Amino acid sequence: MAGVILYYIHPGHQHSNANLQMQRAVSVVQNIERVDLYGEYPRFNINIDKEQQRLVAHDVIVMQFPVFWYSGPSLLKEWIDLVLEYGFAYGADGDQLAGKKLMLAVTAGGPEKAYTATGYQNHTLRTFLTPFEQTAALCNMEFIPPYVLYNSLQTESEDLPAQHAEGFVRLIEALRDERFDFNAAAARDTIGADGLGSLLEGI
Amino acid sequence: MSGLLLVSFLFLLAGVIAVPIASHLGLGSVLGYLIAGIALSPVLSALHIDVVSIQHIAEFGVVMMLFLVGLELEPKALWQMKHKLLGLGGLQVGLTAAAVTGIAMLLGQPWSIAVGIGLVLCLSSTAIVLQTLNEKGLMKSDGGQASFSVLLFQDIAVIPMLALIPLLAMPELMDTVSGIDHGSAQGASDGHGDEGHGDSGHGDNGHGDNGPGFIETLPGWQRAMLTIVAIAAVVAGGQYLTRPLFRFIALAHLREIFTAAALLFVIGIALLMTVVGLSPALGTFLAGVVLATSEYRHELESDIEPFKGLLLGLFFMTVGATINFALLWDNLFQIVGMTLGLILLKAAILYVLAVVFRVGGANRFLFSLGLAQAGEFGFVLLSFTVANSVIPSSVSERLLLVVALSMLLTPLLFIFYDKFIVPKFVSDEKEADEIDETGAVIIAGHGRFGGVVNRLLRSYGYKTVVVDLDSVQLETLRKFGLKLFFGDATRPDLLHAAGIDSAEMLVIAMDEEHQITELARYVTTNYPHIHIVARAVNRNHVYRLFGAGAKDIIRDTFDSATRAGRSALEGLGVHPHEAQRKVDDFVEFDKYALRSVAEVYDPDVPWEENQAYIDRVNEMMTLQDELLKGNTSAFGGKQKRGWIPPAGDVANKL
Repeated sequence: MAGVILYYIHPGHQHSNANLQMQRAVSVVQNIERVDLYGEYPRFNINIDKEQQRLVAHDVIVMQFPVFWYSGPSLLKEWIDLVLEYGFAYGADGDQLAGKKLMLAVTAGGPEKAYTATGYQNHTLRTFLTPFEQTAALCNMEFIPPYVLYNSLQTESEDLPAQHAEGFVRLIEALRDERFDFNAAAARDTIGADGLGSLLEGI
Repeated sequence: MSGLLLVSFLFLLAGVIAVPIASHLGLGSVLGYLIAGIALSPVLSALHIDVVSIQHIAEFGVVMMLFLVGLELEPKALWQMKHKLLGLGGLQVGLTAAAVTGIAMLLGQPWSIAVGIGLVLCLSSTAIVLQTLNEKGLMKSDGGQASFSVLLFQDIAVIPMLALIPLLAMPELMDTVSGIDHGSAQGASDGHGDEGHGDSGHGDNGHGDNGPGFIETLPGWQRAMLTIVAIAAVVAGGQYLTRPLFRFIALAHLREIFTAAALLFVIGIALLMTVVGLSPALGTFLAGVVLATSEYRHELESDIEPFKGLLLGLFFMTVGATINFALLWDNLFQIVGMTLGLILLKAAILYVLAVVFRVGGANRFLFSLGLAQAGEFGFVLLSFTVANSVIPSSVSERLLLVVALSMLLTPLLFIFYDKFIVPKFVSDEKEADEIDETGAVIIAGHGRFGGVVNRLLRSYGYKTVVVDLDSVQLETLRKFGLKLFFGDATRPDLLHAAGIDSAEMLVIAMDEEHQITELARYVTTNYPHIHIVARAVNRNHVYRLFGAGAKDIIRDTFDSATRAGRSALEGLGVHPHEAQRKVDDFVEFDKYALRSVAEVYDPDVPWEENQAYIDRVNEMMTLQDELLKGNTSAFGGKQKRGWIPPAGDVANKL
């Protein structure tokens, strides 16, 4: 069993649709650690030592957040700035996170076709997440392709977020039980709920 | 009685007229007093008032001044001064005395008289110099510190001098002037039998008097023992007895009794020192140093300060009044020449010492010009030398004029320093001076409110001076190593003693609404540069403080109440981040409402009778309901803004 920690980072919690469903669904998963970052640090006074101990104690770090302006919510940036210290996460002797896995679980308001070279966002979502990918690289962490829900704001199809939330539970459980095929996943750009099945062993 | 009142009236009148005029003309208070004394002297002599005996009383001001100087000087600081004190002070006294002696011998005086003259003239005027340095705020400068070291050494040096002078006695050299009361200086009680200058009796003041009393009759070892016991009593008493004593007195909450106790303390020590044959000035200085770390320091300071000021003023006036103009006119060139020569000589020696001891820049001139006069110690020694047949009174009368004239010229030297020396050194003056007391924060009131502010500031290394009226609490807190002072911060003199002149900030954290407002009003009026952080005990108090000129006003329970509200929201299941945002909105609106209601608040009308006020409050309450229910987004209403996804299928239409 792998140590999984799930960070939930959402300032507009009560207005959320998809992320709230994902949180509710995953709340029943046993034997993982869950952190509501805005709930724990509503005034941004992040406890650096505590956060570093949390990271050290786990093998897989999952960060769930909505994409805001091609990045994460501001508290996530604050967290990265403070917690990933030189000498801890990177630099000389900064090897505490080496070998760990970082996976993002993000929701994007735009449709998938917008995140293409010809779409109105002009780049793929994975390209927008490059800062996170390189952050993992600098810390010698393995960056797992993100679990993505596009079109998260659309309300016409009620089952899309529900499907995504259900897939999220399976993903987390597979990560916990070491049933996730990291090699197969590495070939993907992003992972969606529909393409999840082939990455989970024993299902 | 009427005589006493008349004398008081005359001196007060002369001072009240002359000093403000001198001050406005930039001459300094000392010169003002001296001029007042000169102007007063014909009136005094017409009324047959004994100026010299008044001077002896007034010299007690010097004793008080040294007590106050001691209060400013912690034992540690005194110890750090030891090199300057002995080196600078010792060399100044030694070299000047030797040079003056040599010149006097060249002028044909026998050696014993010449040595006497040397001893008299090597001393400087503690009263004038310290008063002027304090007035100009130069005490903490290098020049001020060096000057103080020399003055302190001189004060100590007077004691062995008084022992030495009788050994120089050569009665056959004395001219026969009637009225010399040889016995007078032997007894402290019967001095100044005659009017006049230097005839007699300068010894019976509180200053540098060897005060031989019953102790003279004791054998040497007993005398030494008694002296040591007296000093030990001052140190030990100051250290251990004063705190419970002052605390007991403070608990009576009677201001005048505390003042009386402070006076009693100083006078008591002066008397004790006189009895054992030590300088009262030195004794009270020592007591001051012992009390420098006491929490009652500022209270003592502000109680003694006015007495010291008045007595010193009186002393300066008597110096002016005792100038014997008849003698001066008769020997004008001789005496003026001697005075100028003395000032030049002393200044030259001081200048050399300043170079040797690396007192640089403008400070070097401050030091050499400031101490170039002869001082009030000179009067004391002069009368003592006459009484001991060391210096004939014909010489001493002239010397007395020299001493007084040189004191009269000192304020002019300070003006010369200000006008011509300082401008030359303006650029490097800032770096050379060590003004370590500025930037301090005064915290008025160390209760639950001020205590937190104090802890916070001190933990970040800011210097704070805490003043509180609760002596019991102060005692408790002192056990935890906090630096606190007993006193009523609403008293201007205490504020002054706590260093309001050089403070950068005043935190008013007292409990009493009225006191807070009045203190804020006083400080914004008199010290507009000081940043005030004021505690408001309620909403209307905020308005009153604003009216009093305070800008940084903190309601004492508002912040903690909103935190309690936030905790309650969280307890009711509201997400912490959301609860924080609700509170932010609430606070934001409350500030808006506060400002809005302030416009119609009238401090002279009770709010119950102020219809505009009531209307505005009602209006604000309605508005607040709307806002917090989310019906308006005014006043930063964050409830309906931020992280809310746009409605409808917006993303596909971009």
